[in-house]
Amino acid sequence: MALLTMREALNQAMREEMRRDPNVFILGEEVGAYQGAYKVTQGLLAEFGEWRVRDTPIAEEAIAGVAVGAAFIGLRPIAEMMTFNFSILALDMIVNHAAKYRYMSGGQIRCPMVMRGPSGAAAQVAAQHSQAFESWYVHIPGLVVVMPSTPKDAKGLLKSAIRDDNPVIFMENEVLYNFKGEVPDEEYHIPLGLADVKRTGKDVTIVAWSRSVTTALAAADILAKDGIEAEVVDPRTLRPLDEDLIFESVGKTNRCVVVEEGWRYAGFGAEIADRVQRECFDALDAPVLRVTAADVPMPYAKTLEKAYLPQPEKVVEAVHKVLYR
Amino acid sequence: MISRVVLAKLSPTMEEGTIVKWSKKEGDAVKVGDVLAEIETDKANMEMEALAPGVLRKILVPAGGKAPVGALIGVVADAQEDISAVLAKAPAASAPVAPPVAAPSVAAPPTPTPAAAAAPPAPTRAPVLAAAPAPRATPGDGRVKASPLARSMAERQNIPLTDVAGTGPGGRIVKRDIESYAAEPSRARGLSPAHPPAGAPASVVPFPTIAPGQDLPLSNMRKTIARRLAESKFSAPHFYVTVDVDMGAAVALREQLLKGENVKVSFNDLVLKACARALTRFPMVNASWGGDKITTHAEVHLGVAVSIPDGLITPVVRHADRKSVLDISREVKDLAGRAREKKLRPEEFMGSTFTVSNLGMFEVSEFTAIINPPEAAILAVGAVSKSPVVVEDRLAVGHRMKMTLSADHRVVDGALAAQFLQEVRRLLESPVSLFV
Repeated sequence: MALLTMREALNQAMREEMRRDPNVFILGEEVGAYQGAYKVTQGLLAEFGEWRVRDTPIAEEAIAGVAVGAAFIGLRPIAEMMTFNFSILALDMIVNHAAKYRYMSGGQIRCPMVMRGPSGAAAQVAAQHSQAFESWYVHIPGLVVVMPSTPKDAKGLLKSAIRDDNPVIFMENEVLYNFKGEVPDEEYHIPLGLADVKRTGKDVTIVAWSRSVTTALAAADILAKDGIEAEVVDPRTLRPLDEDLIFESVGKTNRCVVVEEGWRYAGFGAEIADRVQRECFDALDAPVLRVTAADVPMPYAKTLEKAYLPQPEKVVEAVHKVLYR
Repeated sequence: MISRVVLAKLSPTMEEGTIVKWSKKEGDAVKVGDVLAEIETDKANMEMEALAPGVLRKILVPAGGKAPVGALIGVVADAQEDISAVLAKAPAASAPVAPPVAAPSVAAPPTPTPAAAAAPPAPTRAPVLAAAPAPRATPGDGRVKASPLARSMAERQNIPLTDVAGTGPGGRIVKRDIESYAAEPSRARGLSPAHPPAGAPASVVPFPTIAPGQDLPLSNMRKTIARRLAESKFSAPHFYVTVDVDMGAAVALREQLLKGENVKVSFNDLVLKACARALTRFPMVNASWGGDKITTHAEVHLGVAVSIPDGLITPVVRHADRKSVLDISREVKDLAGRAREKKLRPEEFMGSTFTVSNLGMFEVSEFTAIINPPEAAILAVGAVSKSPVVVEDRLAVGHRMKMTLSADHRVVDGALAAQFLQEVRRLLESPVSLFV
């Protein structure tokens, strides 16, 4: 196995799928000549040429519109959003077109596209560039929403996303691009809709995805020193959700804490809390708690940014609460 | 999250409490279950635990201060949280009472004084008899708060939730409470009787020397003893019946158990078991005067008077009629020990239906006790002593013990009291029957 950054793993996924299937192409801002704002598309223009790696104007609705149209006629576009903060300019294309046509056409029209790019906070990029928008997209029937936390998951999931016949919102994370992890050398896929246990434990279930997995694992390390064994469950795909694995874990631990970098109000963690309280009611020894971002726009100051985001200490505190310690 | 620290009603008769000490300072971080303060109720000193994590931001009633039940005595919240709204609603705290008068320095160091070890009846009594013990998890509306998991665990293990004390927020019964309830030795069945020694229920408690010539402030416990026992003695018409019990067989059995089985059973354990069994046969003695009615109790819960440093308390052996002598022995030992440390939970000293007080360890031959209201009778037990007895018209050396029943004549008449005592005596004189 090779030790790759998540950026390299994502690059490999696209390269392999583009080599395999000539219908796969990339479009977005700075994806070609500049090799990607975060260098995820590095080297792809050179290998596949400008017909398959298209630089576009700064016009998110147009990028999404071209991708949706191309997908409708049978191509498999990968539309890069420089960040998901600006994907909201393309919401009409995504929500009213990509997500709806398969349903409205009685299955005659499919939209096998991937919209990918970084989402969530990075480091001091402030209110307009730090938003975690997964809760917006998971709300829409017809979309698949994927948020990997490791290079291995990123590659295996992106390959599955490219081959999927549904529009897939594939949210990466700027801070995680440089995170390294082992990635199998051989061809592999990770099916969409399958959660993963990132750490096993018996005392509490921490559900986290994307960068929050890192936060949850750091919290689990702190808790372990105190003799508390936390199980960290990473759904990886938020829609459709592999709820069975979460239920199985909570059935074992009797307690659940959800960590997310989005806002608390109607955040995706509330969906998990809702399902857990309903399906695991008799297994729960404490209410499901959530550790979320603060309910304000992201501040610019470094100290406030830290206070705004979930931190391992806040997760530890929540775990203590559900354990009544 | 702001958590108001409120003085809980820690005993059924508690109306106010004194903060003995705060175990945390303002600014200290607290976890759920941390002891925040020690509270003196009218019964015992009880530890008050934090129900929510955070920082003890404000102490509203300092050590030594008194507060009524339900009063806000402190605030736990996150470090930066705004608690001004909570504080604005808090009533002004009462000033601490004067510190206890210190004994003059010439006073001798504390020495054990066998002054008043086990004593007359106890003032500890739930207003509602024979009701389920009142756990902390039962709020005023009678609803038991329990986590869904705790609820299903209790159901599976057939544990009545009303018997379990909740340690979660607001007294919620959580998993660990069910686990610790189920793990209590008194609930474990089929225990080997080989090990647990059964100590005397009330051994001598060392009392600090009190210097003469001072006015002592009344503890909450002292006030309750005064009020409840005066009420009992002045309203229930007491009468007294004494019997002399031949304890020869009991002495022999006790030695046999000790030597043969290494099991130590006290005379009082035998008395308790005999009373419990006799009470099932005489429900009118296991009863209460209710003004316009007499209530006979379905359960036999025995109060056992235990002397503690500044008063006395009667921990309760619940369902004593269904427990073996050895179970009773173990339980009394545990309860008496924790009573002296003031560590009893309210449900452990509430709800008795009949009380036994024993001063035998002070070689008292006989005494009378004041009924522990609203019970109908109390048994005062003296020492087992060697005395001359007549056996088949000849003088011999035997073992005798005197017991005096104080009964409330509104409920129990003389003949009934005599018959009840006759049954207790019969059981004690053939003590093997207590083991079957």
